[in-house]
Amino acid sequence: MEYSADLFKPIHESERVSSGIVRPSVSYWQDAWRRFRRHKPALIAAAILLLIILGAIIIPYVYPYTYDQQVRTARNLWPNLQHPFGTDKLGRDLFIRTVYGARISLSIGIVASIINLTLGVIYGGISGYVGGKLDNIMMRFVDILYSIPLILYVILLKVVFQDAIKEAFETTALRSLKYLGPELILIYVVLGSVYWVGMARMVRGQILSIKNNEYVLAARSMGASGGRIILRHLVPNTVGQIIVTVTMSIPSAIFTESFLSFIGIGVSAPMASWGSLASDAYKGLASYPYLLFFPALAISVTVLAFNIMGDGLRDALDPRMRK
Amino acid sequence: MTNYILQRAIAMILTLFAISTITFFLMHAIPGGPFTREKPLEAQIVAALNEKYHLDDPLIKQYADYMADLVRGDLGPSFKFRGRTVNELISGGFPITARIGILSVLVTVLLSIPMGIISAIKQNKWEDYSTMFVATLGVTVPSFVLASLLIYVFCVKFGWFPVIWSTDATGWLKYSQYILPMIALSGYSISFITRLMRASMLDVISQDYIRTARAKGLSEFRVIMEHALKNAVLPVVTYLGPMIAGVVTGSFVIEKMFTIPGIGYQYVDSIGNRDYTMIMGSTIFYAAILIVLNFAVDIIYGFIDPRIKLGNIKEA
Repeated sequence: MEYSADLFKPIHESERVSSGIVRPSVSYWQDAWRRFRRHKPALIAAAILLLIILGAIIIPYVYPYTYDQQVRTARNLWPNLQHPFGTDKLGRDLFIRTVYGARISLSIGIVASIINLTLGVIYGGISGYVGGKLDNIMMRFVDILYSIPLILYVILLKVVFQDAIKEAFETTALRSLKYLGPELILIYVVLGSVYWVGMARMVRGQILSIKNNEYVLAARSMGASGGRIILRHLVPNTVGQIIVTVTMSIPSAIFTESFLSFIGIGVSAPMASWGSLASDAYKGLASYPYLLFFPALAISVTVLAFNIMGDGLRDALDPRMRK
Repeated sequence: MTNYILQRAIAMILTLFAISTITFFLMHAIPGGPFTREKPLEAQIVAALNEKYHLDDPLIKQYADYMADLVRGDLGPSFKFRGRTVNELISGGFPITARIGILSVLVTVLLSIPMGIISAIKQNKWEDYSTMFVATLGVTVPSFVLASLLIYVFCVKFGWFPVIWSTDATGWLKYSQYILPMIALSGYSISFITRLMRASMLDVISQDYIRTARAKGLSEFRVIMEHALKNAVLPVVTYLGPMIAGVVTGSFVIEKMFTIPGIGYQYVDSIGNRDYTMIMGSTIFYAAILIVLNFAVDIIYGFIDPRIKLGNIKEA
């Protein structure tokens, strides 16, 4: 075969673009949002949660009663036009108490989960990223914690510190924060500090599996720094799983708080969480069952909505997990 | 195998030791000590009480004494009930709690596994939808709400069961009285395991070896019972540990609501009474039971799932 000289001429500019980007590229989040939108139940669940959260924020400002206001003439009323959820034995309006309970219960779910998230991601991240001996030691410790029934320690910590924290809020500089309720803060801290173990395990597992991927090796061989690998590769690839885990951990924190309220060590009166409302209602169950119905409904709807939204988020954020 | 069991047993003992230590020091971190009341006791009385319970010893000596007693299985005296020991209280209530707990676990397994299987076989038919509807509701209702509903409907409205629970002449609850607490206690795990079993069964019946079994001409019943079930039930076994923990801790609330004199009731009472030795003893006792049961579940799992190398159960 002969090679003529014109085969080796540079090609014309117009022929040069052999491939191009036809459509705008879709980022991870746009892609996730597109998948999430297609999951109708999850979308409805998210809308309901948004409604509950907005209601919990706004309604107390516009409603004619406050959560601790006792109307002597309106005790033990069944649901009616003036009191849509009825009133309790002290003449407090149950609707506003349930709305207020949403503030307490949801804030416990969210704050405790954020504390879990922070502790779990730091612990699991270090353990997974550093690896080796340190990982071994850190994970043995987590194994021990994992085998302990943690609810016992939630109860124990609550019992041990409840008087101390009340006193601290009376006497020290924390007094200015007293309106938040020392017990509530204790619940945030206790739930947050005990349940991070699952998150730490999950993050470590994710980091370990991603760390050994070829693209991380490629990045490293091109001289990327540790910080760049963590920020550009490890974090974006774990964040979906983390969001799903957090979403799923909010309802369990709400459950745990209601459990604590029920055995008498939750938030204290006149403050009300859904759990403490249900617990109070139990004492008058035979005569006033509606007092139990509404807080219980609120817990169930919220927990269900978080679970369904969590399913949708998992499908959207972590396509590999899809069934 | 023996090596593995030995290893796990040592880890278990270390864990128990750590738990006892943490519990002891947490309880002794309570400011003011156990005799702080709203109406302060006279200094002399406090001093006498402190001496009686050796609370005036240095902390490290108290710890050593407590641990030494613990090794002998002695959890010390109750602060609240004069003249009774924590051991007496726990051994009084434990048989009742254990009976309800074991029954609940049995009922859970016997109900939820068949329900999960049926749901999977009849996927997207009414059997599936109705089971899944109930199971989804079941995981969103806290146990005390379920218990309240049961009490309201069956005790208050229909009057089928007494509201206050009593024991018969031999000191045991009548069997009919176990029914409601059992449902309340196992409602969540029945729902959870049904969902788990359904998902796992669906996964298994799409596998090649099930197609092979069908191609061999086996009846559908034998395909499901002999080939699919064995593999599909594995995730349920893993969940047994958390389930037992759920039943045990659920008993705190359920026993209180049904006034069943088990250890859960006593534990919740001791929290209300600030009976510190009782709280400490119960916590250690509960932790010990759950850790031992978890250990047993791990070993069983190692036996029934040959795919898992026994040394690597935690990593699996």
